[in-house]
Amino acid sequence: MSTDAVNNSKRRFLVVSTTVVGAIGAGFVAVPFIKSWKPSAKALAAGAPVQVDISKIEEGQMITVEWRGKPVYVLNRTDENIKVLETDTEMLADPDSEMSTQPDYCKNPTRSYDSHRKVIVMEGVCTHLGCAPKYVPDLNNPFAGSLGHDWKGGYFCPCHGSIYDLAGRVRKSMPAPKNLPIMPYYFKSDTVILIGQDGSNA
Amino acid sequence: MGQRVNDLMGWVDARFPLTKMWEEHLSKYYAPKNFNFWYFFGSLAIMVLVIQVLSGIFLAMFYKPDTALAFQSVEMNIMRDVEWGWLIRYFHSTGASAFFIVVYLHMFRGLIYGSYKKPRELVWIFGVLIFLALMAEGFMGYLLPWGQMSFWGAQVIINLVSAIPFVGEDLGIWVRGDFVIGDATLNRFFSLHIIAIPLILIGLIVAHIIALHEVGSNNPDGVEIKKNKDENGIPRDGIPFHPYYSVKDIVGVVVFLMFFAGVVFFIPEMFGYFLEHANFEPANPLKTPEHIAPVWYFTPYYSILRAVPSIAGSAFPGVIAMGAAIVVLFFLPWLDRNPVKSIRYRAGWYKILVALFVVAFITLGYLGTKAPTDMRTLVAQICTIYYFAFFLLMPFYTKMETNKPVPERVTMK
Amino acid sequence: MKKTILILLTFVAMTSTGLVLTSGGEHLEKASINVDDKASLQRGVKVFTDYCLSCHSAKYVRFNRVATDLGMTEEQVMGNLNHLGTKFGSTMTAVMTPEYAKQAFGAVPPDLSLVARSRGVDWLYSYLKGFYADPSKTTGHNNIVFKDVGMPNIFWKQEGVKKPLIEDHDGEKVIVGTEVVEQGTMTPEEFNAMINDLVAYMSYMGEPNQSYRKSLGVYVLIFLVVLFGFAYAMKKDYWKGVH
Repeated sequence: MSTDAVNNSKRRFLVVSTTVVGAIGAGFVAVPFIKSWKPSAKALAAGAPVQVDISKIEEGQMITVEWRGKPVYVLNRTDENIKVLETDTEMLADPDSEMSTQPDYCKNPTRSYDSHRKVIVMEGVCTHLGCAPKYVPDLNNPFAGSLGHDWKGGYFCPCHGSIYDLAGRVRKSMPAPKNLPIMPYYFKSDTVILIGQDGSNA
Repeated sequence: MGQRVNDLMGWVDARFPLTKMWEEHLSKYYAPKNFNFWYFFGSLAIMVLVIQVLSGIFLAMFYKPDTALAFQSVEMNIMRDVEWGWLIRYFHSTGASAFFIVVYLHMFRGLIYGSYKKPRELVWIFGVLIFLALMAEGFMGYLLPWGQMSFWGAQVIINLVSAIPFVGEDLGIWVRGDFVIGDATLNRFFSLHIIAIPLILIGLIVAHIIALHEVGSNNPDGVEIKKNKDENGIPRDGIPFHPYYSVKDIVGVVVFLMFFAGVVFFIPEMFGYFLEHANFEPANPLKTPEHIAPVWYFTPYYSILRAVPSIAGSAFPGVIAMGAAIVVLFFLPWLDRNPVKSIRYRAGWYKILVALFVVAFITLGYLGTKAPTDMRTLVAQICTIYYFAFFLLMPFYTKMETNKPVPERVTMK
Repeated sequence: MKKTILILLTFVAMTSTGLVLTSGGEHLEKASINVDDKASLQRGVKVFTDYCLSCHSAKYVRFNRVATDLGMTEEQVMGNLNHLGTKFGSTMTAVMTPEYAKQAFGAVPPDLSLVARSRGVDWLYSYLKGFYADPSKTTGHNNIVFKDVGMPNIFWKQEGVKKPLIEDHDGEKVIVGTEVVEQGTMTPEEFNAMINDLVAYMSYMGEPNQSYRKSLGVYVLIFLVVLFGFAYAMKKDYWKGVH
């Protein structure tokens, strides 16, 4: 049927170039489909930074706010609490928060802004399996048996018994491997914090 | 490297007829070499199917089949909040109309070249079934955005069911699952639209292609190429589908995509034909839009429905006529008694009859988008009579044709 | 075959012109808008949030999206447009509660997110300019394109008081237009410009990605032309031996 000579190199060029251009097109078409799985504008709006007024939180008191569907603990610690944080390091798995998640400005013993050392803001999500650890300031609670007599305050995860101190640092030999994570946040003023966003020049 | 590939293919072929299937349907499927423009639409229909399945899968990830949420999930979530959701939705809405354009042209090709005639009756019947399934798919899909046209269009069509004597009323309630079109209706239409009908559709398409490849493709000359084979048993007028028609159809697909992209990116509403203006208002069961028209691809049949006057206050005759207009297509292979397949070698006056049929069909389609007036109804009635006369009188007039001589071999016009 | 197609096309052309001629259409003034003109959209959104949003909502439209698309800062949007002081990522809700609106107007004013797509921009333009004084109505006015509309004429101060122009068509009184009888705070040109800005914004709001869609479409078509070049050359090469 075909008597004309086939120019093989020309044909190969045409097949390859059509295939390549077609594949590039297919690649571009894939982009919208892949990107459609990213959080929608609605999810982003729901996950937008949350503003919290902390002026009403007394020393030793903690409030829980929701950010991106997760509990965020805002705790106002006492001077006594802060002192404990400097002395309890031996019992801790990661006292310097080397392996844990937090912004650089909170990578210190109190895991807080130097300007507001007493206030700690962290995710209430146990690094073991994601339960919400309980804030236990003293032994006046149902978990006292697991905490020991020299309890100086901290967090106790009711699911598998992980214990954290008041900077969210986990103790050694606990199911949880890391300290409680800290998300970016900053002080808009001395009494208002914005959770979920780094401050400018923070 | 080549040896490795051969080994792997051998391993697979010993377990699955991959090479055999490739050869049967592509590299050793001999198609007539004289396919013209009209022969693009089969592969284009497959292309549109792929677009619809892909975009549909993604839309189903964001759509909510709930009367309280459906409209918002389309117009806010998909069209605004989801990244690129608007594009995926326009792919799907444009694809729906493209599907019908391509299928109507594909059917027209079958009509003019006699592709429904022996031995291809089953190919044609599977094709008409695909057309039916596609109509069901389009109808149910159109309810999902839950706009005014979605609701009222479905309302009108489901009320047709109620026009069936005796059982109609109960049947209508059963289809809706409620006394009005509501949550239950929306939910079941969603399920049928995304699962049941697509499965049926794909099954029918496979059957359509298997039947076609069993008997071989027709061509614009209506010559059976299998009657003239060379010493190797290969039809002298045949060329392997791959690579000849695969490279040709790629060109067709690219041209199609230009039109498709043109609509998606520049006129996605198509002046209210692909996306109707009233459908940008959420469904309101208490307020009928000033003018209800189905989407354009249903309008020829909708016109037939309206053209038939109701008898004793029952719309049933119209429903019968609309159904008959589609059912009659199944009988086409036996209605046409002319042994000549291609219109090229049939009587000149038959060509005019076909042209008039196209005019009648397009006119019906146009009238279906408009509110009825006395004049329009009269025109629709004339077109409806012509539509049926064209098919039902075929057994008589096709015997009276003086045909031109059909060539032995295909021609390359 | 070519003859058939020709006959066919002639028929189609003839029938369709015949049918088009028999169908009438209402007369709308053409809006002159440009959704790519960000300054116009910024003026339009200001009018929209100051006036329309008092009673209507645009519940599919997010403030932060408007800021990005119209080239405004968060401060501008929160300070000038978001009168309710809702979140930056929230959607545009009406200042008036739906319950109150129902009491005041008898019905909740429709959401306007998609009104430009359901009604069309020319209708919006004609409607917003179509109010005229009609003492027989409780609102004190009527509208050319939307008879007996329940919405108050919010722009009467700017536009002034208008009376209808009535023509006699075979004994039937037909309103063909309106005429300003008492000048408002704006000249007719200024008023038209404001309505055009507003309609432009509403068109943007109906489909926020429309400008991007069109500009992307150009690249897609260019790409397809390139692909066509290669595909067509490949087809030619394979088919040169088929006679």
